[in-house]
Amino acid sequence: MNKTITGSEAMWLSLIAEGVDTVFGYPGGQIIPVYDTLCDFEDRIRHILVRHEQGAIHAAQGYARSTGEPGVVIVTSGPGATNVITGVVDAMTDSTPLVVITGQVPSAALGTDAFQEADVTGLTGPITKWNYQIRRPEEIAWAISRAFYIARTGRPGPVVLDFTKDAQNGKTEFSYEKCKFIRSYIPNPKPSDQAIDKAIALIDNAKKPLVVFGQGVTISGAGKELQAFLEKADIPAGATMLGLSALPSDFPLYQGMIGMHGNVAPNIKTNECDVLIAVGMRFSDRVTGTVSTYAKQAKIIHIDIDNAELGKIITPEVAICGDAKKVLSILTEKIQKNSHEAWVKSFDHCREVERKKVIDMEISGGEGPIRMGEAVAMVADVSGDKAVIVTDVGQNQLSAARYSRFTKGRSFITSGGLGTMGFGLPAAIGAKIATPKKQVCLFVGDGGIQMTIQELGTIMQEHVGVKIVLLNNNWLGNVRQWQEMFFDRRYSQTRMLNPDYKLIAEAYGIRYRAVEDKKDLRKAVTEMLSDDEPFLLDVHVLEESNIMPMIPPGKGIDQIMLNEKEWYQK
Amino acid sequence: MEEIKNYTVIIYTENQIGLLAQISNIFTRRSMSIWSLSAGPSSIDGIHNITITTDATERRIREAVRQIEKRVDVIKAFFYVEDQLVYRELAMYKVPTGKLLDSGELESLLSKYNARIVEMNKTFTVIQKTGYTDETQALHDELKNIGVLQFVRSGRVAISRTMQEPVFKFLQKREREKEKINKS
Ligand SMILES: Cc1ncc(C[n+]2csc(CCOP(=O)(O)OP(=O)(O)O)c2C)c(N)n1
Repeated sequence: MNKTITGSEAMWLSLIAEGVDTVFGYPGGQIIPVYDTLCDFEDRIRHILVRHEQGAIHAAQGYARSTGEPGVVIVTSGPGATNVITGVVDAMTDSTPLVVITGQVPSAALGTDAFQEADVTGLTGPITKWNYQIRRPEEIAWAISRAFYIARTGRPGPVVLDFTKDAQNGKTEFSYEKCKFIRSYIPNPKPSDQAIDKAIALIDNAKKPLVVFGQGVTISGAGKELQAFLEKADIPAGATMLGLSALPSDFPLYQGMIGMHGNVAPNIKTNECDVLIAVGMRFSDRVTGTVSTYAKQAKIIHIDIDNAELGKIITPEVAICGDAKKVLSILTEKIQKNSHEAWVKSFDHCREVERKKVIDMEISGGEGPIRMGEAVAMVADVSGDKAVIVTDVGQNQLSAARYSRFTKGRSFITSGGLGTMGFGLPAAIGAKIATPKKQVCLFVGDGGIQMTIQELGTIMQEHVGVKIVLLNNNWLGNVRQWQEMFFDRRYSQTRMLNPDYKLIAEAYGIRYRAVEDKKDLRKAVTEMLSDDEPFLLDVHVLEESNIMPMIPPGKGIDQIMLNEKEWYQK
Repeated sequence: MEEIKNYTVIIYTENQIGLLAQISNIFTRRSMSIWSLSAGPSSIDGIHNITITTDATERRIREAVRQIEKRVDVIKAFFYVEDQLVYRELAMYKVPTGKLLDSGELESLLSKYNARIVEMNKTFTVIQKTGYTDETQALHDELKNIGVLQFVRSGRVAISRTMQEPVFKFLQKREREKEKINKS
């Protein structure tokens, strides 16, 4: 106990005490002492050197989302810190546990506009779950234990620790104790008995109940509990985009994805059900469409661990603040066994219409260029629905969400609430590093890949076996779709000239193959998935193609376009 | 439409740098104006009190309070309408001494408003008054005839009508929970 160590050593020892063995980062002047000390910890810590700090934070997000464990990021002060801001907001919106450590100028220089000083705690206050500036080495163990406790409990989120250079260099005694309690913070609220009783009465008496669930189910590890609940009460269920993979795709009561480009059945049925049970989701506008016409006929039960979500968008009949796993097991135990055969069957019609009018064409659509859906479905097919799917943002993301199939949880990683282009490639790197035994397959557009394409260097250096499927349409496709449908085809700044991806892949020593012809697709995907090496598959897809169905902005959840001209008829 | 009322939000927090900015941010982000804000210690050691007044519907104030409580270092937040609280504001007025004396209204104003003089010299006089917003405003309006050189009004300080600090029971409960966690 009397032995004193430097603040930097204390930091590494604290991280190790929290079970950290991988960090994503980039060095710089105000974090050099931490990097210097890393030399003595290389047997216990794998440091992934990225090419841009945005890459570090998205990789840490991919790492966190595929495991549930906090992703750790280490960057320098000033520009290093501001380069991670997008990822911090993204993690806040999508409830991703992160611990981000930023270097900072020595405490004596704070507030003087010193070289590479930025007001990091000020900048990140509103976009973090918690942040703290460490100015003395004695605070390190305390701050890091608190950071991990806050990041991973309750509704997870990002924590930023701003670490002054003098605190890195200073000497301190060190002992580590994990944080188990903060009096001002209740991560796991006890669900109210009264609310539970009210919910049970509603569920038991429902004739046409529907469950919609989000990432809360994944985070609380409540997949099995959700299945048991749905089976006992015989309730069909739809997932938000972030809820995907919490239920296996072939689970009989699973009805697909809800929201703007979701499946017809769960969307239409949202406005027909009599009791709507929302689990671990937050009624994002991409999920509800126009709120004023959303599920007006239904009594809504909203289950979420974050009290601030209850009543934020819609006012539920019953609000249950608590952990999804706990609440679902209590409900399952107390509800009656039930059967809603006719109601469940009534989803089939919507599904049939969607299959005929949209899906069949998208995933096996006859002649002509390859469609995005086909490429996604092919990966699902060849991988036996086992790959971890990571996406960027845009049509590639929506296709991946619609046509991937899942057998295990934590298999769909995407930037949902913020919609951050450039998220995909680094997130896939992080996911692959976290789960090296799994195939990790990225779907990305030609726009989005260029936002963080520098991370191909990280793949090269760290030899990360990510499978990159570039859905190349020579457009900023998603924006082009909106311009086509709502702006009179005035294609303003959405046509993009592409580089030669073959040369780029070659430059980084990454295997490359292009496919243009449908008949080569299976072979190419099979080749890509046959080993554990990094691979860039450049799929030349139908250029002007739209993601359908679509609930146009400003419309209700039951006003669904099946194609550019035709609406779903109820 | 729900009725817009004047609410006082009382927030108990740990002593944490930057928290005040984060809390006021929650109001500005939802374009709710903060009419007054005061911060200081509470009767419980180490616990700070932030009092904010704003106009909002009950629904919006409830949402804002939930988001405030979501900040890790916020212990608890409460919102009240005016008659649930005992509250005061402090106002000070600087007026030219000559004109003030010439007006012949000094005595009557002081007694009518229960105000007092805190400083007087040849050039100016500083009058102080505590009370509700409309009272301090009314005195301001009357002094205008004489000429107000400077006017300041403090944020609201408010005390709930509960027996102890409203956060007291909550803290006791958390103490018991802490012991349980430490034992397990
Ligand atoms: C950082 C960022 N900038 C802009 C956007 C707006 N945006 C959303 S989708 C999209 C087009 C994406 O094009 P591409 O990456 O080629 O993917 P595609 O839609 O063609 O699959 C754009 C520009 C965004 N989501 N994120």
